Amino acid sequence: MSEGDLLHVVTTDNIGPGRITFGRAIVWGSVGLMAVVAVLQTLQSLGTSDFGFASWRPTLYAYILFAVCLCWAQVLVKGEHGKRILFVLPAALFVISLVVFPLLFGLVIAFSSWNLSSPDGRQFNGFDNLVQMWHDPFYWNALTNMVWYVLAILPEYVVAFALALMLNTEIRARKFFRVAFLMPLMLSPVAVSWMIGKSMMETRFGPLATLARHLGWDNPSFFGTGWMAKLTIMGMDAWTFIPFMMIMILAGLQAIPKELQEAAKVDGASPWRAFWEVTFPLMLPVSITAVLIRLIFKLKLADIIISVTSGGPGGATDSVTSFIFREYRDRSNVGYGTLLAMVYLVIIIIVMTVLMKFADRWMKSRY
Amino acid sequence: MTATDNSGQIFRDSAADLGHSAKWWTARTFIYAMLALWAFISLFPIYWTITTSFKMAPDVMQGRLVPWVDFTPKWLGWKSLGLSPETIGQGNTVRDEFLRRFANSVVISVTSSVLAVALGSLAAYGLSRFSYKFLWMRNADISFFFLSQLILPPVVLALPMLVLYKQLDLLDTRVGLIALYTLSVLPIVVWIMRDQFAGIPTELEEAAMVDGQSVWGAFLTIVLPIALPGMVAALILSLVLTWNEYFFAALLTSTYANTLPVMVASQTGSQGISWWSMAALSFAAILPLVVIGIFLERFIIKGMAAGAVK
Repeated sequence: MSEGDLLHVVTTDNIGPGRITFGRAIVWGSVGLMAVVAVLQTLQSLGTSDFGFASWRPTLYAYILFAVCLCWAQVLVKGEHGKRILFVLPAALFVISLVVFPLLFGLVIAFSSWNLSSPDGRQFNGFDNLVQMWHDPFYWNALTNMVWYVLAILPEYVVAFALALMLNTEIRARKFFRVAFLMPLMLSPVAVSWMIGKSMMETRFGPLATLARHLGWDNPSFFGTGWMAKLTIMGMDAWTFIPFMMIMILAGLQAIPKELQEAAKVDGASPWRAFWEVTFPLMLPVSITAVLIRLIFKLKLADIIISVTSGGPGGATDSVTSFIFREYRDRSNVGYGTLLAMVYLVIIIIVMTVLMKFADRWMKSRY
Repeated sequence: MTATDNSGQIFRDSAADLGHSAKWWTARTFIYAMLALWAFISLFPIYWTITTSFKMAPDVMQGRLVPWVDFTPKWLGWKSLGLSPETIGQGNTVRDEFLRRFANSVVISVTSSVLAVALGSLAAYGLSRFSYKFLWMRNADISFFFLSQLILPPVVLALPMLVLYKQLDLLDTRVGLIALYTLSVLPIVVWIMRDQFAGIPTELEEAAMVDGQSVWGAFLTIVLPIALPGMVAALILSLVLTWNEYFFAALLTSTYANTLPVMVASQTGSQGISWWSMAALSFAAILPLVVIGIFLERFIIKGMAAGAVK
């Protein structure tokens, strides 16, 4: 992440003390307002007094007002520099309020027993959830499944690379093929799971089952055994996301200077060697980016599983996300579900950090 | 590069070259065969969905494939959705529900995509042009802060958000979903737009500022028009992702703010499967994106390729 070409502007601001005071005043004023509203609402929720609030929305409105005042005050107080801050500040505030707050709140929930359908409300229970997780075979099963799902990225990558290579040759109707190949990516996973998982793989008359019968599989059942179901889910997920990797790789292929491949040809390299010694090494950075991004999407895998198998048979197709989804849907168990999600997040962060370190080294060592 | 018709050429290929061309032709045929196979794999499910929506029960059971040859198309599936020629004039509860879900999907995905592109473009422009310092964070750290949101799996936010939304009375509202969807596509927008802005020379703004434009004026009048194709790419990619989102919609909505994917998913279990109406519904749900995919394909590709090639 380089700093790039920065724009250097020197401006003289003429900001009067009144303007600065006003800027500070609106920020602290809105903070004060927010604090007052929040305190009132807390009092009401604790049951000490009733101010007639129906929900926590007044606090939300006060927060939004504070956010607006904060942005405005940047310009008032800092002048020209504040206008530059204004580019980044709204997005940053937005992300912070929608990620950091819920994450902190989530940490509190994760260490409590909270069943939304029970009237008891939230109760702090320390590390009980963690102990329960440790002894929960289904969670470990879901994590192992995720490893398999992630490994499925490699064959996807091979197919995507092959398709990109073919699209990169001189072919006719390239636009048609590009649009056709892109289509699966545009479809909603839920519709895909109905179209393919439920309809085309229907054991009696689905076209895929018929095809399987013609190929000599007597009793095609795509979700009968654990491994078969897992492979089917992998296949459907691959079907939707191969175009994604293909396009990234294709973009990479088109960025390679033609001279390099021609030079290899002139030097008498066979296409096979030219690929392995020129194209593939040049494509390594793009490949790593594509695989990493694919990995990020793979770790969110859930929609197809939720709507086709609901994790069955016997949890064989469960991904972490679909498992937690059902944990909430079936048992309303918010506390435990959140803890599982938090643990998953920690694992992801560790794995991604390690992978990115490796990726950095790989990309640099060659160039 | 086409070597098909060379009878009119002055320089003919020698025999050796023609032998080479036989090999070239086999390679060509192989490539076209593979491409056609994959195009078939990509398109067949869509074809299957369209045709199934026009089938009757026996046609489905016997696995008929080609309309007019194998079976006579009927409006059965579309009738149950209230969208066939006979039923289109009458009132229909299923259609009303479908249209409501459709409207929800359109409003939510368009609003959140526009919002994400607006916020994300501003942030990306700022990060590519000015140097910031917030506590210990410099530009690279702030960029990383935005991009790292991509790693965050939705499930981590889902349950805390559910509880928060309940307190804030935002469950089952469009606003609630819009906020979350904006958040989920924002890192992608920042990623694409940072690349776009980095490709625009700063001299342009410098010239505009010499002419008396302010920072924002230069951004709005000079840079934005140049970056517009990139913004369209980011917008369309966001539209695709938000239109298809299912997880948050399934958790956070129940009656009023359901989107189409939730409607599609909720149909499957009930009273045996009526294949034709499911097919019609699925097809209606994917149709907008199929159209976008066909006509705006180059923007999608541009968007996805943005990060790949530096």
